[in-house]
Amino acid sequence: MRRETLLNAAILAGFLALPLWAWMADEPFIITLTTRAAILALAGVGLNLALGLGGLVSLGHAAFFGIGGYAMGVLAFHAQTYTPLTEAPFLIEGTKSMPVIWLVALITSALAALVIGALSLRTSGVYFIMITLAFGQMFYFFMISWPAYGGEDGMSIYLRNGFPGLNTLDPIQFYALCFVLLAGALWLVSRIQHSAFGLALAAARQSPMRVTSVGIRPRSLHLLAFTLSGAITGLAGALFADLNRFVSPTMFSWQTSGEIMVFVILGGVGRLLGPVLGAAIFIAMEHWLDGVSDYWHIYLGAILLGMVLFARGGLIGLIAGREVAHD
Amino acid sequence: MTEPVLQVRGVSKSFGALTANEDVSLDLRPGEIHALIGPNGAGKSTLIAAISGALTPDAGTVHLAGRDLTGLDMAARARAGLGRTFQISALAMEMSVLQNATLGALGGQAFRLFRPVMRDAGLRQVAQSALARVGLQGHARTRTADLSHGQRRQLEVAIALTLAPRAFLMDEPMAGLGLEGTARMTGLLDALRVEAPILLVEHDMDAVFRLADRISVLVYGRIIATGTPAEIRQNPDVRRAYLGEEASP
Ligand SMILES: Nc1ncnc2c1ncn2[C@@H]1O[C@H](COP(=O)(O)OP(=O)(O)OP(=O)(O)O)[C@@H](O)[C@H]1O
Ligand SMILES: [Mg+2]
Repeated sequence: MRRETLLNAAILAGFLALPLWAWMADEPFIITLTTRAAILALAGVGLNLALGLGGLVSLGHAAFFGIGGYAMGVLAFHAQTYTPLTEAPFLIEGTKSMPVIWLVALITSALAALVIGALSLRTSGVYFIMITLAFGQMFYFFMISWPAYGGEDGMSIYLRNGFPGLNTLDPIQFYALCFVLLAGALWLVSRIQHSAFGLALAAARQSPMRVTSVGIRPRSLHLLAFTLSGAITGLAGALFADLNRFVSPTMFSWQTSGEIMVFVILGGVGRLLGPVLGAAIFIAMEHWLDGVSDYWHIYLGAILLGMVLFARGGLIGLIAGREVAHD
Repeated sequence: MTEPVLQVRGVSKSFGALTANEDVSLDLRPGEIHALIGPNGAGKSTLIAAISGALTPDAGTVHLAGRDLTGLDMAARARAGLGRTFQISALAMEMSVLQNATLGALGGQAFRLFRPVMRDAGLRQVAQSALARVGLQGHARTRTADLSHGQRRQLEVAIALTLAPRAFLMDEPMAGLGLEGTARMTGLLDALRVEAPILLVEHDMDAVFRLADRISVLVYGRIIATGTPAEIRQNPDVRRAYLGEEASP
């Protein structure tokens, strides 16, 4: 078996074993920490589709994370205050149902990514980074100045949203949901990676001319990749909000975009499990080093610098070696 | 006489003050190899780019099998049946040779997101037979970056083959190939012309005079002569402007 496949299995096994152990040892905090890692990993899996497969360096993925978060926040807020979102032209009520919230988060963040992508993909390189960053900041300041949903303070959701047949207030059950969604997203991305679309997308990253000369437009590929990418990150945002039972404009901040990108770079750009490993290590560092030093970000920065300079494939690349061409 | 497959009419292209193509017209007839020769910087690659849609000419039209391609972009022209190879290889270097060929075999249909593309028997058949024709069948799994320069040229041609185009546009497919590689490529192009005619930009005069049914000579962006190899050899303008002693019998 390939080394990367083994490593991937080990990472996923860790994501199963740790919370299981914590559950048996009655350590709910560890379960919550792992849930946080799984959700942020999902956000990274989304970004990796654009960044890793498509080569689209987006510094605006906080926009989709935030939209997913507010999709949850707004729907749950209206449900807990028994006020409808709108009454005309037809009645839309809030909901506490996770599946509905997820669907809304997926659709709204996909639409936002479609629009932002259509506008941003006219540019490339540094300009693309700057314009995606600008879109993210636009959402951030918009949310801050919109008083209806808490403005700068954000809003609290008192009770975690429900899922049919599960008690989502039980940490291990909520974790199970998040893990299944993460695994599903990984499965989807892996299918995409090996599909005709994935082949063309990767080729467009390496040689746009090649792709164009066989009759495929790189920009259409990029737009679809960006849209799917935004949708996955948006779903992660909805879960993140449900984990914290709180949403605030911070979800839209450029620091959030930066953190999601850190997961991907740390674990390995374009590697299927890269963002998962990256998020796990980020959360671990955040947890352990925060106690040791207030300036743990500096250590993280040093590690990242080392990664970028010496290990282009991130940790996965360091352990499993260069990506092998399939077939 | 039969309708030309490719009709280029009045193509002009300037880069600022520099006129790279000036009122260029040429035809590609069924079954022929039409060589385009000319000194460095004459505008040959510019003309290929204008025909393939990689750049927009200032004036001129392109028709393929009677269809007007003039307003179409490069991807649409490729789907309409223009198979192009590049003077400087444009390949997905991190991918395998077979993956590059499979990309061509998609026929422009890239929006299939779930089926594993490398396990598609139909695509594999197209890709592998194209690789076999250029002599790369033993390198299907090789990483493209590990190919030699000559093998990359062969892969360029193989990808164009997977498109099953109506016309080939080839920009110096023999450049840097060496004796053996050139002989192999010459044999390949010779056989290929019956499938689709080839507009061949080439500096290797031996190959050009061996292969070409007709030759057009481009100098300073203008076609100064078009004719059979024998006519071109005799043409005094061509001898003065370009061929010199090199092509004297
Ligand atoms: N994008 C561009 N911008 C400005 N000038 C260009 C551009 N592309 C080509 N040129 C110029 O146009 C002229 C024709 O270039 P072109 O590449 O078409 O020549 P060529 O006949 O293919 O030469 P060679 O035999 O060296 O490949 C050259 O003087 C070149 O410098
Ligand atoms: Mg040239």
